[in-house]
Amino acid sequence: MHGRHLRRGHRRTNRSALLLGLLAMFLAGSHAFAAPPAPIEVTATDEPWDDGTNLVVRWKPGVGGDPVVSWQIFRSRTNEELEQAIRDARVRAATTAYEERLKAELAKELNPSEAARARAVSLALEASEAASKAFDANSVDRHIPITVLPSTANEFVVDRVETGKPYVIRVVPRDLDGNPGASTDTEPVIATMQSFVGSRAWLLAAIIGLSMTIIGCIVLARGGRRIKIRRIPGLDAIDEAVGRATEMGRPVLYIPGIQDMDNVQTVAGVTILGRVAKTAAEYDARIEVPTARSLVMTACRDAVQSAYFEAGRPESFNPDAIRYITDEQFGYVAYVAGRMVREKPATCIYMGQFYAESLLLAENGNAIGAIQIAGTAESSQLPFFVAACDYTLIGEEFFAASAYLSGEPTQLGSLLGQDVGKFVTVALILLGVALATIGSIRGGGFAQSAADFLANTVLKG
Amino acid sequence: MKRTVPVIIAAITGFVILIAFFLPPTQSWGEGAGIWFNILAAFAFVLGGANLLKVQLETISSRRPGWGYALVVVLSFVAMLTVGLLKVGVNPEPQYPDRAWSGPFDIASSPFGWSYAYVFSPLTSTMFASLAFYVASAAFRAFRAKNIEAILLLTTAFIVLIGNTAAGRITDGLPDWLSFLKFDVLVANIMSYVSTGAWRAITIGIAIGVAATSLRVLLGIDRPYLGRN
Repeated sequence: MHGRHLRRGHRRTNRSALLLGLLAMFLAGSHAFAAPPAPIEVTATDEPWDDGTNLVVRWKPGVGGDPVVSWQIFRSRTNEELEQAIRDARVRAATTAYEERLKAELAKELNPSEAARARAVSLALEASEAASKAFDANSVDRHIPITVLPSTANEFVVDRVETGKPYVIRVVPRDLDGNPGASTDTEPVIATMQSFVGSRAWLLAAIIGLSMTIIGCIVLARGGRRIKIRRIPGLDAIDEAVGRATEMGRPVLYIPGIQDMDNVQTVAGVTILGRVAKTAAEYDARIEVPTARSLVMTACRDAVQSAYFEAGRPESFNPDAIRYITDEQFGYVAYVAGRMVREKPATCIYMGQFYAESLLLAENGNAIGAIQIAGTAESSQLPFFVAACDYTLIGEEFFAASAYLSGEPTQLGSLLGQDVGKFVTVALILLGVALATIGSIRGGGFAQSAADFLANTVLKG
Repeated sequence: MKRTVPVIIAAITGFVILIAFFLPPTQSWGEGAGIWFNILAAFAFVLGGANLLKVQLETISSRRPGWGYALVVVLSFVAMLTVGLLKVGVNPEPQYPDRAWSGPFDIASSPFGWSYAYVFSPLTSTMFASLAFYVASAAFRAFRAKNIEAILLLTTAFIVLIGNTAAGRITDGLPDWLSFLKFDVLVANIMSYVSTGAWRAITIGIAIGVAATSLRVLLGIDRPYLGRN
């Protein structure tokens, strides 16, 4: 009886071992099949008509194996990048060894003496040097991961490569669990610079078209063509606001934004300042211009001085009224806000590029009861100015202000050119909407192709 | 001549930067123009510092109202300039232990770094933090339901505000056929269509305005850098 049980148990053990063996073989076999196949026909070429910083890699999925869920793209490091990576890794290894040894040595005593500390530092330095010498440069990966793409992708533009240096692109398939399959490397390829960036051709065409339109309108205006411009209440209010300052015997505070002269909004702000200063000179109002950039201060001084000369009151010009405060955003706000509270200017004008300081300034101006006129192209700050100021020039109105205030035919002609540009833009938007709608209804065709061309080629430029 | 030469310089520089954007072989010209701007700005910075000191010292010497603030400005300016330029309290770099000035001036342990981290940064943070109160007061004024536009603004702001807080989940229980009334759906629609549409219209106007202004400057029609237009 006992012997029979033993035999039965032995037989069960054999059967279990057999099953386990089969399972192991199955799993091993399935693991061999799980790896996605290496991609085939992997090629990398220099992107045509670019600035020499792009390579195009193309590939096809391999045959057999488990399905590919994603593709990971790597590119080789340049010699300089590799040397830097090896240096960084060596420093990291040495630093880690130093810190670990120092920690271990100091932990040996509860309250280590100065001598013990010095010894610990010395030993840590030795460990650091040893780690640096023992560091294996081959352990640094020769490739850098660039991106992960969906399985449907078969092309990718590797950007920001150095012109004239050879690169090898590696394409690695990955399965559902993210496990990599066999990779394929391309032949070394070099990105070369062309004489023109083809992707920007449409942008260039738009710039040339708009410029020609504006110049044409300027020529028309110079030829005596009468140009009608709609009223902009914010700009019409400048005379009233400056007059109020004169009546109250308080200054006009003009803020030309917080950016430098390389910013087009600052340029527009300084130009408008010239017009405002001329009005202030004619009305004998004091104008104060605190600036956040030194170069803006010099430009503002020239603008205001010229305005006082034009108004026939050069003796009233006070250069110290246009002063530099600080480049620091909130330091500048602190000064201007303090000045507002102490001096209580009758009029505050903000024209230029503003960020978080817009509301801080405008609310302080509101609190002291000043007439406030603001203008900016920084769309995220427009709501704050609208909420806190009496008049706000929104976007294009701000850029039109200088021309509007001058009233000169040449300047007004450029405004007409702007309007023609807007008209053409609106017409193109309507065309795009119509094409996309027709393409959507018909499920493709010429209309959809044209809409795609507009969206992906013309607008991408 | 005094006016023509600057206009020509400005026009050439502007066109070089524009061309460099389209023609890669000329990119270094554009970068060169940028470097020249930085050099000019550095010279102007000395001018700005001198102006700051002059104005503040005049305020102190004539005991004008607020001269105490001017004194604080001058003392702070001189103190930071001194500890920064002379690298006071800066430890040398480990690889150059015999060169006292080899360490960076702005590390936290140096007087400059300490002043920046524990005096300047808290002050600027305080200024920035006060923005929250100004937002509240501006919103209070802006959202007063005075007319139809203000009511629309108030309603939209209310939906977006509630939809972005935990309170927005109160509409989660609405049936599917009323899902368009859920706060998260309303917020997504307002932000994706209404707000984006308006924002794009403003952006297009700005882009054309920038192009026109740049052209006026390049052609010398607007000359803010010369003062006279």
